[in-house]
Amino acid sequence: MSLTDQIVQYLVTGVSIGAVYGLVGLGLAIIFNATGVINFAQGEFVMLGGMCAVAFTGLGMPLIVAALLSIAVVTAVGLLVERLAIRALPRASIITLIIATIGASFVLKGGAKLLWGPEAVILPSFSGHAPLHIGAAGIDPQRVWVMGVALVSVIGVQLFFKYTLTGKAMQACAINRSAAQLVGININRMVSLSFGLSAALAAIGGIVLTPVTMMRYSQGATFTLTGFLAAVVGGLGNGIGAVVGGIMLGVLEALAGGFVDVATRGLIHSGYSKAIALAVALLILWLRPQGLLGRRERESA
Amino acid sequence: MSLLELRSVTADYEGLLALRGISLHANEGEITALLGANGAGKSTTLNVICGLLPTRSGQVRFAGEDISHLRPDRVVRRGLTQVPEGRLLFDDLTVRDNLLLGAYSRMRRESRRRIEEDIDGVCELFPILAEFADRRAGTLSGGEQQMLAVGRALMSAPRLLLLDEPSAGLAPKAVSEVFARIQALCRRGTSVVLVEQNVSAALKIADRGYVLEVGQIVLEGTAEELLANRDVQRAYLGKDYEEV
Ligand SMILES: Nc1ncnc2c1ncn2[C@@H]1O[C@H](COP(=O)(O)OP(=O)(O)OP(=O)(O)O)[C@@H](O)[C@H]1O
Ligand SMILES: [Mg+2]
Repeated sequence: MSLTDQIVQYLVTGVSIGAVYGLVGLGLAIIFNATGVINFAQGEFVMLGGMCAVAFTGLGMPLIVAALLSIAVVTAVGLLVERLAIRALPRASIITLIIATIGASFVLKGGAKLLWGPEAVILPSFSGHAPLHIGAAGIDPQRVWVMGVALVSVIGVQLFFKYTLTGKAMQACAINRSAAQLVGININRMVSLSFGLSAALAAIGGIVLTPVTMMRYSQGATFTLTGFLAAVVGGLGNGIGAVVGGIMLGVLEALAGGFVDVATRGLIHSGYSKAIALAVALLILWLRPQGLLGRRERESA
Repeated sequence: MSLLELRSVTADYEGLLALRGISLHANEGEITALLGANGAGKSTTLNVICGLLPTRSGQVRFAGEDISHLRPDRVVRRGLTQVPEGRLLFDDLTVRDNLLLGAYSRMRRESRRRIEEDIDGVCELFPILAEFADRRAGTLSGGEQQMLAVGRALMSAPRLLLLDEPSAGLAPKAVSEVFARIQALCRRGTSVVLVEQNVSAALKIADRGYVLEVGQIVLEGTAEELLANRDVQRAYLGKDYEEV
């Protein structure tokens, strides 16, 4: 296989995993905009999405039904997290609320272990395993599913914010809470909605990714951290930035995993690919603290 | 009948008393001015009325009902909203979307057509808003932003509108324009509570008024009475002892 073919292969691998980081980052941005809180349970929604889909197909449901039901269940879990970790603490500081979401992540992880055990589970590919060929590079069709579904989801979210009244109301809430209330927007409802929407996005990512990478109860934290990094690199609070950041991290990780070991003659092991992606992300933040698409923070008077 | 009534309202910021028992009323169809120095508690009073800040004791009554414990989004549905200090526009959204969201509280009950008509109505009142409909609100000039803030509040079809320093930061010409609009509004049936630093301009269009000092009402009367009052003239109209 030529170098170009290898690069194509790693790019597909990177973009597809990155797309899921992007969905997590987008969800984090939506919640951050509505509440100022970083939801550290976000990655658990990815894990739950995958786990539920496996469980429901295991009960004999057709894939599409299992997928939709999984999204619904995870959305409900997202709403529950908002009720118990955010709304139940109306006078708490942001930092307390963030810690509450970390608590929620432990509960969800523990619950998943109880329900599904410690083993990784897998979902059948949506459309078989016969690889698609671009040149000599063979591409797992499921990765095409991941990219396609993520793209449609991101576009859907953008259309929702731009064209629907509720989407605009959520933006209004993010821009100024008092003003939003003065036009009659119920802030609590918008916050719930942000958790529901973010949980659904993460679940979608988990469902389409599970046939590729399998899913385990303990995998949520990786998604949270990489998704958080994606959101910060993209410019915290900027949804598209988070998606771009996620894809960038995914691609870096894949390329590092593929080439570093050869390029450094074995000096740096490919197992360090995540660390390399992280280092590049930090470098970007060092050069551009507001993130790739973030606006420079306004000077406070 | 008075549309709005405050009965010995107190309010605090984390224990620090900002309103020390305010009693006032605003009549239907009138402009009621609320005057006072910086930090007197004018904005605090408005925020308490529309539910942004909880009362510690006392009662806020609107149209004969106790609204002291209602959330702001519920208060708006009763027909009472505020143009807040600093305008607080939705900067990243277009002028049109700001107006549309202004009608958020009516969306469930009323047809989209009705609301579109009202947007046209507000644009007639402030033609500049029609011209800039697709611009981001944050890019408007101060005067234009003030008009949009008032327009957005009007979109909730309020019976009573609270205005917090609508003339702040405006050139004299824009001030007189905004005040003329407020007067026109009132004639069309929207009652107004007007907080102002520009005391002479406010009392020219107001029917009645109150003067606030450190969280208490120290003076009340008709606009004429207040304009003729020596303390008001000295403290707010910049007249010397000799002139008075
Ligand atoms: N968010 C807040 N937290 C703590 N104290 C506040 C807050 N807002 C206002 N205060 C205090 O409450 C008092 C009344 O403030 P308020 O903003 O109501 O005054 P104001 O009459 O509107 O003044 P201005 O003319 O400057 O707008 C002041 O002493 C102010 O410092
Ligand atoms: Mg004020």
